[in-house]
Amino acid sequence: MTEASTPLEKQRSSAAAATKRGRRTAAGQGFGRPSVTWALPGILFFGLFAIVPMALAVYLSFCSWDGLTSPTPVGLDNWTRLFKDPEFRQAGWLSLLLTVISWAFQTPIALMLGVWAAGRQRNRAVLSAIFFVPLLLSTTAIAVLFHSLLDPNFGVIKEIGPWFGIDPNILGSSTGALLTVAFVGGWQFMPFHTLIYQGGTRQIPQVLYQAASIDGAGPVRQFFSITLPQLRNTITTSSVLMIVGSLTYFDTVLIMTKGGPGTDTTIVPYLMYRTGFQSYDLGYASAIATALVVVATALSLLMVKFSGFGSMRSTREGM
Amino acid sequence: MTGVSAQLNTARTVRGTRRRRPKGNPLVGLGALAWLVIVLVPLYTLLSSSLTRQDQALSGNPLALPTDPTLENYNTVLSSGFFTLLINTAVVAVATVAIVLALSVPLAYVAVRTRSRLSSMAFRTFLLGVAIPAQAVVVPLYLLIAEMGLYDSLAAVILPTAAFSMPVAVLVLTSTLRDISEELYEAMGLDGATPLRMLWQLAVPMSRAGISTVAIFSALQAWNGFLFPLILTQSEEQRVLTLGLFNFMGQFGLNVPALLAAVVLSVIPIFTVYLFARRALVNGLMGVGGK
Repeated sequence: MTEASTPLEKQRSSAAAATKRGRRTAAGQGFGRPSVTWALPGILFFGLFAIVPMALAVYLSFCSWDGLTSPTPVGLDNWTRLFKDPEFRQAGWLSLLLTVISWAFQTPIALMLGVWAAGRQRNRAVLSAIFFVPLLLSTTAIAVLFHSLLDPNFGVIKEIGPWFGIDPNILGSSTGALLTVAFVGGWQFMPFHTLIYQGGTRQIPQVLYQAASIDGAGPVRQFFSITLPQLRNTITTSSVLMIVGSLTYFDTVLIMTKGGPGTDTTIVPYLMYRTGFQSYDLGYASAIATALVVVATALSLLMVKFSGFGSMRSTREGM
Repeated sequence: MTGVSAQLNTARTVRGTRRRRPKGNPLVGLGALAWLVIVLVPLYTLLSSSLTRQDQALSGNPLALPTDPTLENYNTVLSSGFFTLLINTAVVAVATVAIVLALSVPLAYVAVRTRSRLSSMAFRTFLLGVAIPAQAVVVPLYLLIAEMGLYDSLAAVILPTAAFSMPVAVLVLTSTLRDISEELYEAMGLDGATPLRMLWQLAVPMSRAGISTVAIFSALQAWNGFLFPLILTQSEEQRVLTLGLFNFMGQFGLNVPALLAAVVLSVIPIFTVYLFARRALVNGLMGVGGK
């Protein structure tokens, strides 16, 4: 729409706006619609550094490339290899296991802490502030910290482990190492999911609880009949983020276990890193990366489909 | 898009009716206390070890209070090139925030203020972008950055970090920009304001909360990012904090107190922000329901 340029036109359009109050959008069309070109720099930038690389990853998955010479197309070689590769199968299995363990570990605790923290008592606010601290540390800092805490000779695990019947050399045992990686991830991201649940709980209409108490429902009954069903969408949001987070888990594994002992914590992203940047088999690494994106996206779309994206957004309200 | 905003509206009306929760049960309080211990023990050990002399750290009980606290570990770290790491990380963070804001604000403004197919298509592309994990693109990014002649420079870290912060930035900004009522734009339009002036004098000041969330979110992405620096830089001069910590692990070897002192030093800047701007930091950390 053109700007009103002469005083007369300005007057006319303001009169028009005044009479068309009811049809606001129709009148409002004339005012200050920015040009679409304003969005171009952002779109181009994002395209260059995110969309193009994503497309390039798919292309490279059909190539052989050592990082020095230029990539040469090899057709489906990487993909047929991927489906037969026992290492990839193991990595996929470990990633799945890590995802399930992380979910089962984090969800009940985050749900409990979130519902608890939704209360507005003063001590809860103080405790919540402390709960939040792990989220301030980078993944790297946390992995370095736990690596030294879990040192079997000098770490705190040598004192505390025996109290709970834990072998101090937990990072040296195959199941122990995977469980540790899941625990460290939980330690870091618990506050994040707690906040999501806290936000969700605070949105539950108070009326429901009042009605339930009139009907004589106790706190436990209220939790299972009101809080939990009302948090359905929040649970989906948190679960999607957990699943995608666990599938793309990398820093902690590189720093704490280097995929070991043996290959017992070599989850898919770490296998990709090792294949690409240690064996310089970058074509095959791209196939692994592409497979990872497909699985992660499919899983989250599947979960979102059950709840709808709109509800995913609405859970953020109130945080 | 309309579905999303309808959802937002219902969420808003629901929010108006919320009040205090009923009292929790003691078992849950006990669980919360247990988690508090799990959170605090590593943090306590982190601090106390970083204050212990190296020779005592190897023999003593890591849970005991340091009998003879010392700052020498901090000296060791500060004299091992820590300031280079700090400055590099600060440069990366500031540049990332600048790029993200400069590109996302106009983009979100267009997405909210125009009804064209192109802008809604762009918006949907960004929604999808939330789902692309950084791991998936490191190989092609390595190729791209090398081709651009940027390998082993801070720009190599800044550019992809900024790009990967943009989807969340655009989502946060569009949802704040939508809250500005049409009447305000109309009023400015009647005064003859150009779209640019509306952006600068109305949209930007009124979405300050969203902008600060985005700034903190992308600063944190830059501050804590590990994968991009790991793959796209190499030399000591271009090293950022996270990579520096990883390197200290090898460099300090058995000098665990010094390593942990480095961890503490790397957290101090963010912790300071947390103390003074808790609300903004929490929002920034959460992004859109996270990411």
